[in-house]
Amino acid sequence: MNKVKQKDLILYSGLIILGLAAPYLFSAFKVQLTYLCVLIVLAMTWNLQGGEMGYNTFGNILFYGLGMYLTASVQVGMFFPLAEWTESGGEKTFVHTTAQYFQGIGVGLLVSAIIPAIIAGAIGYAILGLRGHYFAICTLGLGIAAGEIAGGIEIIGAGQGFTTPPFPAEIVDTEARGKFFYFLSFALLIGTFVFVKYIYGSRFRLILNAIRDNEDKAEAMGIQTMKYKIVGWMCSAFFCGLAGGIMGGLIGYIDSTDVAFDGREMGVFMVLMAILGGKGTLWGPVIGATLFHFFKEGLWTLILGWQYVALGVLIVVIVVYFPEGLMGWLREKYPERFGEVIDEKDRKAQVELK
Amino acid sequence: MDFLIFKAPMLMVQASLDGILLGILFALIAYGMALQWGVMNIINIAQGDLVILGGYIAYTIYLWGIHPAWGVIISPIIMFFVGWGLYKLVINKVVDRDLFISILATFGIAIVFQQLMNFIFGADVVVAQSEYGTTMLFDNSVTLPNSKIFSAFISVLYAIALVIYMRKSKLGRAIRATAQNARAAKILGVDTEKVYAATFGINAALCGIAGALISITLTLHPYVGLSYTVRSFMIVIVAGLGNLPAVAVSGMGLGLFEEFADYILGTEFRIGAVFMLLVLILVYRRFKLSKKREYLK
Repeated sequence: MNKVKQKDLILYSGLIILGLAAPYLFSAFKVQLTYLCVLIVLAMTWNLQGGEMGYNTFGNILFYGLGMYLTASVQVGMFFPLAEWTESGGEKTFVHTTAQYFQGIGVGLLVSAIIPAIIAGAIGYAILGLRGHYFAICTLGLGIAAGEIAGGIEIIGAGQGFTTPPFPAEIVDTEARGKFFYFLSFALLIGTFVFVKYIYGSRFRLILNAIRDNEDKAEAMGIQTMKYKIVGWMCSAFFCGLAGGIMGGLIGYIDSTDVAFDGREMGVFMVLMAILGGKGTLWGPVIGATLFHFFKEGLWTLILGWQYVALGVLIVVIVVYFPEGLMGWLREKYPERFGEVIDEKDRKAQVELK
Repeated sequence: MDFLIFKAPMLMVQASLDGILLGILFALIAYGMALQWGVMNIINIAQGDLVILGGYIAYTIYLWGIHPAWGVIISPIIMFFVGWGLYKLVINKVVDRDLFISILATFGIAIVFQQLMNFIFGADVVVAQSEYGTTMLFDNSVTLPNSKIFSAFISVLYAIALVIYMRKSKLGRAIRATAQNARAAKILGVDTEKVYAATFGINAALCGIAGALISITLTLHPYVGLSYTVRSFMIVIVAGLGNLPAVAVSGMGLGLFEEFADYILGTEFRIGAVFMLLVLILVYRRFKLSKKREYLK
């Protein structure tokens, strides 16, 4: 299946061109577009667990937060003493040169991708042995515990937060910072999409689906389920860590519970976006994240102060009334588009049975 | 060991007493969770927020000039109807569905509750003064607020009352029948819909009592609800559903753990320690069960 269909080719090249042109077309919204890219990445990687593997995790926020702290720590720690940096709380005692800044963020992102993946692999054997809601609650606990513990560690700023290195002042172009982070996140988005699409065409996805549908049977068929679960989680951790690293640089300030291990916002958003778009589909999380982001940005400012109430109500409404999401609804409506052939006789028999 | 608590034996006594009295309170919340989990098969993430709401009701009557201890009677009555309403509004649509749906839906409810409480009562840490004074033990080296003793006493009282109610009353029997087999109960004429609503209401009422007690013994803040949810979840999975003595014991155990963690690790890691304990307990049970080739379900 290496041959990409012509229609797909047009679609993908169109989207890439749109993505590349976006910061110039909507230059006032560069930060929002960067957010969008990161949200899509988070939703897609959550979908690997929640949608494909059937393990509804609240814990991917752990890797996101870790990535954020790791990138910033490496970026500072490579050139200056970390403890003094955080103690001064963002005072400009140390200034990164342009070269140092980009070297730092490059190495930092590398570390923030690899270490969360390693951690996911290390704790995966213990955590992924839990099933269903126990897994969900356990990962919820893990994310919150990480936030609380990070809030008590002095060297990364404890409760007062961690100011990430400011964008080098030598670059005069005021647009440069926004563009840099946008293209970084866009590259991450493309990387994640290509990777997830590759997984969707591979045997790995079938294994994950087998685990979702019936883990015991999958195991009886000779699939080493634990191995694949861990690998799946490591893939998510890898991209979540990168996303966190980029977000840390963009926001410029890391707080343990409100920015990094933000289970109340990001941790819920990624679940919500994937469900909104449709779990277990390639495009669902992308569409869900885009819709959610537009909804959030459009409405947040109108209902200032009430946004969390709206968010809570939105969660309840989506979960209770649209658990299949947008793609699920489309699939029900136009099954032919999804390559499902319906036998008319069979359908009629089903209707009669009802 | 260089920790203060191991040098001063009186601090140990202090921590133990505090822990046990606190644990009884946790056990009351956990009992409510076990009840609705057993009957409706729902994990209610908003449990802790119901507790905090109950606490704020007691705090409100305290602001009106009524002694906050009356909250243990007023708050459960109001909370019962809050729970009933919540059931009719949302929970009845998720009862028979996938557990994750109920977790996520109640998570949404929790966010709404937190934010509404933040609007109504403000984001400050508040406490209702009971003015019960303190008891000094062991030559004034251990101080024990009377409000904590009061709260433990009330918790035990309500728990016993509820056990008797569940054994003797018609509704109690209906609830137990539904927990055993909802379908059979329905066939035999039990209105399961009403039973579910009542169960959720009773759970909310228990949360209301616990909240009222927390308002005089500890502090209230709109966003601390989740930690109570996790504590009660932890107690329930350690004790098992429907085993009340075990719930009480593991509640006290958790209280002890928290007080000691507070002294040993420092107060800033207290909540972190609670959540880590949850993870460790689940992982421990996972390995214990995997020896028999079983898993938590």
